[in-house]
Amino acid sequence: MAQPRNFGFGEEEQALKQNARRFFQERLPVDVLHRRVAHDPDPMRRPECLWDEALWGQVVELGWTLLAVPERVGGLGMSAAAVAGLVEEVGRAAFPSPLIATLQATYVLAACDAEASSAASGLLRRIAEGTPVSLAITDRRGSWEASDTDVTASGSGSVTLNGTAWFVQDARKAEVFVVKARSAAGIGLYLVEATARGVTIVPDAIVDLTRDQAHVVLRDVVVSADRVAAVGGKGEAALQAAEPAMLVVVTADMVGAAEWQLQTTAEYARTRVQFDHPIGFFQAVKHPLVEMMVRIDEARTLLYSAACAIDHEPEKAEILARMAKAAASDAASYCSGRSVQLHGGTGFTWECFVHLYFKRQKHNEVLLGDGAYQRMKLADKLIGPIGIGGGASW
Amino acid sequence: MTEEARRETAEQAAFRAHCKAWLKDNLPPRAAFRLPLSPIEIATTEQLAYLCAWQRSAHRAGLVGCDYPKEYGGGGRRGCQVVANEEMQAAGAPFLPNMVGLGMAGPTLFHHGSEEQKRRLLPALLSGEEIWCQGFSEPGAGSDLASVQTFARRERGRWIINGHKTWTSLAHFATWMILLCRTDKADKYRGLSYFVVPIKEALGRGVTVRPLVKMTGETGFNEVLLEDLVVDDGLRLDEIGSGWNVAMTTLLHERGAGSLVTPASGGKRADDPSSVGGAAGLVDLAKRSYRAGKRVADDPVFRDAIVRILIRQQALDEASRRTQVPGLTDHPMRLPLQHKLVSSELLQDTARLACEMEGMASSLYLGDDHAPARGQWPLAYMNSYGFTIAAGSNEIQRNILGERVLGLAKSK
Repeated sequence: MAQPRNFGFGEEEQALKQNARRFFQERLPVDVLHRRVAHDPDPMRRPECLWDEALWGQVVELGWTLLAVPERVGGLGMSAAAVAGLVEEVGRAAFPSPLIATLQATYVLAACDAEASSAASGLLRRIAEGTPVSLAITDRRGSWEASDTDVTASGSGSVTLNGTAWFVQDARKAEVFVVKARSAAGIGLYLVEATARGVTIVPDAIVDLTRDQAHVVLRDVVVSADRVAAVGGKGEAALQAAEPAMLVVVTADMVGAAEWQLQTTAEYARTRVQFDHPIGFFQAVKHPLVEMMVRIDEARTLLYSAACAIDHEPEKAEILARMAKAAASDAASYCSGRSVQLHGGTGFTWECFVHLYFKRQKHNEVLLGDGAYQRMKLADKLIGPIGIGGGASW
Repeated sequence: MTEEARRETAEQAAFRAHCKAWLKDNLPPRAAFRLPLSPIEIATTEQLAYLCAWQRSAHRAGLVGCDYPKEYGGGGRRGCQVVANEEMQAAGAPFLPNMVGLGMAGPTLFHHGSEEQKRRLLPALLSGEEIWCQGFSEPGAGSDLASVQTFARRERGRWIINGHKTWTSLAHFATWMILLCRTDKADKYRGLSYFVVPIKEALGRGVTVRPLVKMTGETGFNEVLLEDLVVDDGLRLDEIGSGWNVAMTTLLHERGAGSLVTPASGGKRADDPSSVGGAAGLVDLAKRSYRAGKRVADDPVFRDAIVRILIRQQALDEASRRTQVPGLTDHPMRLPLQHKLVSSELLQDTARLACEMEGMASSLYLGDDHAPARGQWPLAYMNSYGFTIAAGSNEIQRNILGERVLGLAKSK
């Protein structure tokens, strides 16, 4: 298969992206965001879940949770390119919401649903109606390998889950978790209500102010047979199948947030005067700003290429998505550093908005694996595994 | 990633089929001598003759200048040069030697030339019969190009030109030079005018071409002295005093940011084991190179470094496609103006990494029988500085991007 020249970005996709940008410009300007999430600078503050539930309601009404849900289960089944464009705007607004977690869960459930899982299709229908869902797939060590988990599943038919899922994103906003657990038959995926008996959500005290994170403790949580989305190794396969799309979602958020960092810092460099010149006059300031732009554009091109591959060239999706995440993680790190540094003393303060994005990007960088992790995975594909000759050319 | 079969017009699809069929049977035989790595490194008449024969044949088959009107020696097609370029690249065709002509003089003539100038000059430019060079930089005007001092004095309807141009690639083979010079000393920018100058016929009669030796030891570029050179007013492009504006058209195309797609082929033959310069060659090199007794391809540090390069290459390969989707770029010049910066630094970093992988063997140069890839990687690394400096140094490119795209205050 081949990619369309426009990356699958037609009028509909453009309109979605533009509408999203307008929506956030009107409803969530950065000063409003700062007031909502940054009211307490105390580094020892208790973990809070600060978000605008009414705004989330509007997002659901706009149909954004429907986008990635396949048509056969009541969604719009829009392309990954459309979703990438939308999520870029989410990142640009640093929108605190369960949208990214829910989109990722949607892709995993859709992969299960492709295997005719009625549990998955049931939850996809609820997502289409606006139910926020999050993946509980990471172990204590923060591993993103599809086979790693600290949760076990026992019994057949209805199963019992025990253990803890770590680093669960937007856990206190989610109503349902897709829990990865190991049984004798291999890795499975199990759907667990946040309010189910035996579930304890323990909030993490995190750096990022625009999301919440928790570890989800499961003690003898009973999952009925009709809530088992994948068993016997099929859970691992579904996670791997969904991984390119999950990576694309996080990458899009990073690219959008990095663009905010660039534009905000450039605006400061156009207006802040020192030595009788706006500081952007000085090449020590100008050139790093250009470097931010170059790195963002590299990541952004790869983002569209990866999204388009998911839709049109699936055999290349994993490689392109890992390339995009690697480039975006490094771009985000660079842009975050420069956005604080080039704002000077004020950039180092709580009242300057750049710290919101700095922190969101630091979190994004490590989600689903940082740049070094993606490159390690890519090296196995593009060079060949260590110690073994060969290595596929692509 | 193949561009083939991405949505294209019926004309493009039919033309692609033509290119494929023609290239299958008409690539030139392998040269018996070393070919240069890029047009600016053409040193011998033997190399030039081989490459010019290729350009002539590709032009005759309609692969060069496809989008130019027929009356200017073009193919009269639309959106087909990009197709021809892709197919020439995929076929591993040699590069087209008339780089300054195709990439800079051609688009400049097309946008600013008179009808007569276009009909007279473009056909032989496209076929490669007449090689072009660029008379822009001077010893005292490098990054600050508008400070050129070469002066054209008007005398009885003709121009008498005196000055000193430098870094002039291909001048030793060129029939024509595009020349930026001063016609008014009082106004830095509006005192500039633009000419096309027949330098070959004036050699020894007002034009002296002297080779400059690069840090690699190769020649390939020159300095050109103009002494009381008489030029007809019919060889002036556009208005007197609009030279800076015309030069901007040239520079945009030189930096890969122009409005016309210029004919180009990669110059790498897939079947040539000494073919270097591309990121893809790194993986192969890593499998053949050893450090501390271990294959470089098994060293995690180098694996990471190689993949970094492959990622940058992939992004560069896809950038022009993104440029064509207006909704995916916030500023129309943002990606085009990055092209020269990004591509030259990628080339440099690729060659540097290749030398690191070769380890001690990277000390061996062209004249050594044991040099891996015939010493091409150290050569490519040194030559890469030509690309990061030429066409406006990358420091100047960063200024332009900061000022034009990000709206930052102009650096003096």
